Amino acid sequence: MKAAAFDYAKPTALSDALSLLEQGGDDARLIAGGQTLLATLNMRLSEPSILIDITDVAELKGISVVGNKLRIGALVTHTEIEDSDLVAKHAPLLKAAAPHIAHRAIRNLGTWGGSLAYGDPAAEWPACSLTLQATMVIHGPSGERKISAKDFFIDLYTTSLEPDEILVATEIPLATANQVFYFHELARRHGDYAVAGLAAVAEKQGSVLNNCVFTFFSVSSTPVMAVAAQDVVNGQVINDQVIAKAVEAAREEIDAIADITNSAAAKTHLIGVLLERGLKHLVV
Amino acid sequence: MSLKKKVSMTVNGVTVNAEIEPRRHLVDFLREDLHLKGPHLGCEQGACGACTVKVDGQIIRGCLFLTVQADGSVVETVEGLTKSGALADLQESFMRHNAMQCGFCSSGMLLAAAELIEKQPKASREEVREWISGNYCRCTGYHAIVDAIVDVLEARAKGQKIKPVVAHA
Ligand SMILES: Cc1cc2nc3c(=O)[nH]c(=O)nc-3n(C[C@H](O)[C@H](O)[C@H](O)COP(=O)(O)OP(=O)(O)OC[C@H]3O[C@@H](n4cnc5c(N)ncnc54)[C@H](O)[C@@H]3O)c2cc1C
Ligand code: FES
Ligand code: FES
Repeated sequence: MKAAAFDYAKPTALSDALSLLEQGGDDARLIAGGQTLLATLNMRLSEPSILIDITDVAELKGISVVGNKLRIGALVTHTEIEDSDLVAKHAPLLKAAAPHIAHRAIRNLGTWGGSLAYGDPAAEWPACSLTLQATMVIHGPSGERKISAKDFFIDLYTTSLEPDEILVATEIPLATANQVFYFHELARRHGDYAVAGLAAVAEKQGSVLNNCVFTFFSVSSTPVMAVAAQDVVNGQVINDQVIAKAVEAAREEIDAIADITNSAAAKTHLIGVLLERGLKHLVV
Repeated sequence: MSLKKKVSMTVNGVTVNAEIEPRRHLVDFLREDLHLKGPHLGCEQGACGACTVKVDGQIIRGCLFLTVQADGSVVETVEGLTKSGALADLQESFMRHNAMQCGFCSSGMLLAAAELIEKQPKASREEVREWISGNYCRCTGYHAIVDAIVDVLEARAKGQKIKPVVAHA
């Protein structure tokens, strides 16, 4: 199928992109990598009257260290994250996750910001941004606001972004020397969306883990932190008993939702499988 | 109001100027306006990889990219890359291994394989499989395709070329 007709604008300044978005109202759509949007246009699931291409807006580009944060511009592509030395050093979780996003031809165009703004509960970046306690930097008609990833993902494909706002960048605390990371997803084929996935971070001292964050994705309407499981693990020497208790807590606290091919019970089971593998990996 | 936009880009080394509707994606422009039939359309949803082309040096899905987005860019298709010899090794290896049957997927497979060889010259067989899994082959010749790519990786690692099976006229 082919997309319905639309107009196209390519502003170079963030302020121009914001005013075009405001003028366009409900009929305007931002396009970044287009790797989600163009498929929906081709299928006529969406028929905007104008696309605002933000890929020439310099303020949205680049990866840099600013103070004690890693700043990732909204337009940074999945490939740039995959290949970045700064990311490998300061946010190794993202480096580990990147190859799981679709395939290279899609990663070459799809963006960090587009993925976060779309808020797909099965996507890797929303889960990673929650795990790394990222802060979203957002611009709208009344200036800049910042919001934590924890408050950003509200529901299925729903974030706290208003229709007249643009996600500009994300700030992530730099990884510390004693932090360990784990990323794994169970998918039918590499590059497909996960049936269930886990993004995790912890501070490791010997075989004791602290300040754990376990975020599961593709199991619920948003990525979800397993807070009770984190409480079980924090401060403990990781052994079979602790793992069993954490697995039980995670399965209990997360209300898994079925998808077309996998039941809620299967997803609940996989939550435990992922957590067990993750904990064993984190203490090695 | 005319929705058409002026674009200018380099396609296989030639400057192309056109006026096109923003909704026209790159592969329709290449196939229908420029008569480059190498890139194919399968799903138009990004799933099959038949439409793979290069823009500014990277492979992309031509069905998920608008012609207006390519304004000012360098676009390369299997036709241009064949002429320049960039795919010669791979093409020889595909022939040797009978890694094409109907050929529908081949242009996309070749471009994806070429980017793998460039980015990950030490890729394992497993990594080749993973990388190529973004391209569907309707004739399901995956095994032969992976063999062909692995051979090129091995030959390059030894500084060798894949020798032609048939003499070119
Ligand atoms: C075959 C296929 C497989 C895929 N597999 C995966 C996968 O395994 N995992 C995964 O995570 N993703 C996957 N994707 C999606 C891909 O990663 C997308 O690139 C990404 O989700 C969206 O980013 P984009 O830049 O392409 O956004 P676009 O398609 O350009 O935009 C998506 C939405 O976000 C809005 N938007 C974009 N940028 C901003 C911004 N800065 N501020 C506010 N709103 C904005 C747009 O208006 C639009 O509504 C897949 C896509 C395809 C086609
Ligand atoms: S036609 Fe583009 S990926 Fe299938
Ligand atoms: S050779 Fe026929 S689709 Fe691959």
